[in-house]
Amino acid sequence: MEKKQPDKKVIFKSVKEMPPMPVSLYDVSYNKTGTWRNVRPVINYGKCTYCMICWKFCPEAAITLEPVVIKGKEKPKPVINYDYCKGCGICWTECPVDAIETQEEGK
Amino acid sequence: MRKPMIGNHAVSWGATLSRVQVIAAYPITPQTQVVELLSEICAEKKLDAKFIKVESEHSAMAACIGASAAGARSFTATSAQGLALMHEMLHWASGARTPVVMANINRAMSPPWTIWTDQNDSLSQRDTGWMQVYCQNNQEVLDSVIQAYKVSEKLLLPTMVILDAFVLSHTMEVVDVPDQDKVDKYLPPFKPEYKLDPEDPHAFGGLTGPDGYFELRYEMQEAMEQAKSLWEKTGKEFGEMFGREYGLVETYKADDADFLIISSATIASTARVAVDRLREGGMKIGILRIRVFRPFPVERVREIVSSVKKAMVIDRNISFGASGIFYQEVKAAMYNVSNRPPIFGIVTGLGGRDVGVKDIIQMVEDVDRMDSPRSDIIFKGVRI
Amino acid sequence: MIKTTIPQEEVLKSGHLACPGCGASIAMRYALKALGKNTSLDIPACCWSVIDGPFPHSAVGVPLFHTAFETAASTASGIRAAYDVLGKKDVNVVAWAGDGGTYDIGIQALSAAAERNDNILYVCYDNEAYMNTGIQRSSATPWGAWTTTTPVKHPKDRPKKDLVAIFAAHRIPYIATATVAFPEDFVKKFQKAKEIKGTKFILIHSPCPPGWKTRPEDTIKLSRLAVRTRIFPLLEVEKGIHWKLTMNVKKPVPVIEYLKLQGRFRHLTEEDVKFIQENVDWEWELLMKKLENK
Repeated sequence: MEKKQPDKKVIFKSVKEMPPMPVSLYDVSYNKTGTWRNVRPVINYGKCTYCMICWKFCPEAAITLEPVVIKGKEKPKPVINYDYCKGCGICWTECPVDAIETQEEGK
Repeated sequence: MRKPMIGNHAVSWGATLSRVQVIAAYPITPQTQVVELLSEICAEKKLDAKFIKVESEHSAMAACIGASAAGARSFTATSAQGLALMHEMLHWASGARTPVVMANINRAMSPPWTIWTDQNDSLSQRDTGWMQVYCQNNQEVLDSVIQAYKVSEKLLLPTMVILDAFVLSHTMEVVDVPDQDKVDKYLPPFKPEYKLDPEDPHAFGGLTGPDGYFELRYEMQEAMEQAKSLWEKTGKEFGEMFGREYGLVETYKADDADFLIISSATIASTARVAVDRLREGGMKIGILRIRVFRPFPVERVREIVSSVKKAMVIDRNISFGASGIFYQEVKAAMYNVSNRPPIFGIVTGLGGRDVGVKDIIQMVEDVDRMDSPRSDIIFKGVRI
Repeated sequence: MIKTTIPQEEVLKSGHLACPGCGASIAMRYALKALGKNTSLDIPACCWSVIDGPFPHSAVGVPLFHTAFETAASTASGIRAAYDVLGKKDVNVVAWAGDGGTYDIGIQALSAAAERNDNILYVCYDNEAYMNTGIQRSSATPWGAWTTTTPVKHPKDRPKKDLVAIFAAHRIPYIATATVAFPEDFVKKFQKAKEIKGTKFILIHSPCPPGWKTRPEDTIKLSRLAVRTRIFPLLEVEKGIHWKLTMNVKKPVPVIEYLKLQGRFRHLTEEDVKFIQENVDWEWELLMKKLENK
């Protein structure tokens, strides 16, 4: 499904636009589950040891690893995608160095 | 090549010639020979198919659906209780638009235990979105399996090819087995547009709310509408290729008939002898045999029934609390036709009780004396 | 070059409909990383029937056949037969079902597939009740747990069905247990299963915040405690007879540490907890007797 993805859930206007059977044609990227969040995780890169535990445990695959160079070494910097983060709290609970702070949404 | 064979083996040969690729079946009398012969054919490498020895009919249909969704031509066979057990998955096959072909040996439903023929098992499934073909002889059984794949795969709706228990399934008739290369010309390999393919991934059957479901069902009905002309077109092509043409219906001496027997399967076949005898006695009588029951051939039924003075439907089935099922469907088809004749409904032969030539002649004579039906069911052959 | 301990590529897409903190979504994310894109899934009625997203959308990024509740294994057998006949023998055929569709309504089909040794990977993500329909008990619900059909006055009074032993008795080539707190162990087991021909069964302990009445952020903690209390041993069984522990638990954590985090166990008395602890100890002793590695 490497095609252009819609920005909201597709409701076909007519049978003429539809496949003949109930098959999916798009992914779920339209569904910005970030709107579910009450509390937002914020990574404090000062404390982060680049252990990648938050990336590993995220149920939404909403954390990506971006290679950055720190003191001449390549490190995997975790970056949270707030479009999809549901605020479940696993990342800040599992972070071994308490490098993830929480912020109430809408404040 | 002409060979004597029982109806069940005609099914096996139909499936073999159709080059089915996945067979998943569970034994039930009187279907067992279908699968036994297919097992042998696969073991002798005359057919390159995978045979899944499933543990129930429900699993048989699930496996066929999975296989079809993955792009393989799949086949199963069952009867009565097995068909009933598959009911949930019959809905699944049609909703998922998987063109599975299944042979159903019409066996009466239990309890009490029975293995003999009537049509309640398949007719109970008439709303599931499966096409249904009722066969009158073993030749038609073999031919219909092949034709069924052609129609099913074009429209993406499953088909059941139906034959009477013992009367056809276990009775020897001479059958012309077509050549494989001719069948290959008639029936190309199965190439679905959407299938389970890691190179082109799709989810099949995801959650659909009221905002989407109706259109999907509309598509199924649309396919059923197209099926009517496709069964006739492919039936004509079958005639051109193999010398035997098939339609949605078949008539016998109906052109100038005043009295019309409407039936299906082997009763329609036995009725020919009755009709010949009655004609000798001067009666203008003919037969309309309904071969394809789903989609129901309304146009053909209207054409033929509106030209007679009286019609009598013989049902080897009953919808409890209503009447014979072919009777209901014929009446419904004729309702809006202005010059419709009185239509009588006979229910007979349940549980395999024999329906012979004399029985049919008696039915005709009794109905001939009536002007209009006094009730929706005239039971014949039951000891009241 | 970033070196990760589990494959880095994401196959599962963000935007899926799982509850926040859902163990089953983490499980699918790891499974797809381990199996890769050359995989076909079939999913019966369960939470994942909804998590994947509504028609015409899908989250998993691989072919997925939604199928009827009891047919996860039979559908997978059909898919596998088709691929074999079509010459696609290398595609991973994976049935992905919840505990309801595996322990209860789907057990017949799975037993049959296992007996035939069909070349499929059957994965059960076990959240210990019928969660998708609103938390009703299944035969996977543990003793003492609250569910809507085992209310606090009548909590579940039967032990959890031992599915690992049942499928070991079928003598299938590979059985493993896994859970989301141990991603490397999880991925390794899936990668191992991928290379084996025949029926493979992997049981995943999958915490469910709404069903267990736990905080979403505790999912990994609970999964870790399940192992560390010896309630959910991480093991492998090969050919149904070689039992191996993949994570030894030398100093177990008392079960109360696991139970006290879960609202579904809040009503338990001291007697109940003692009973649970005794059973966990006894089951562990039994397991020790079966193990080839100690």
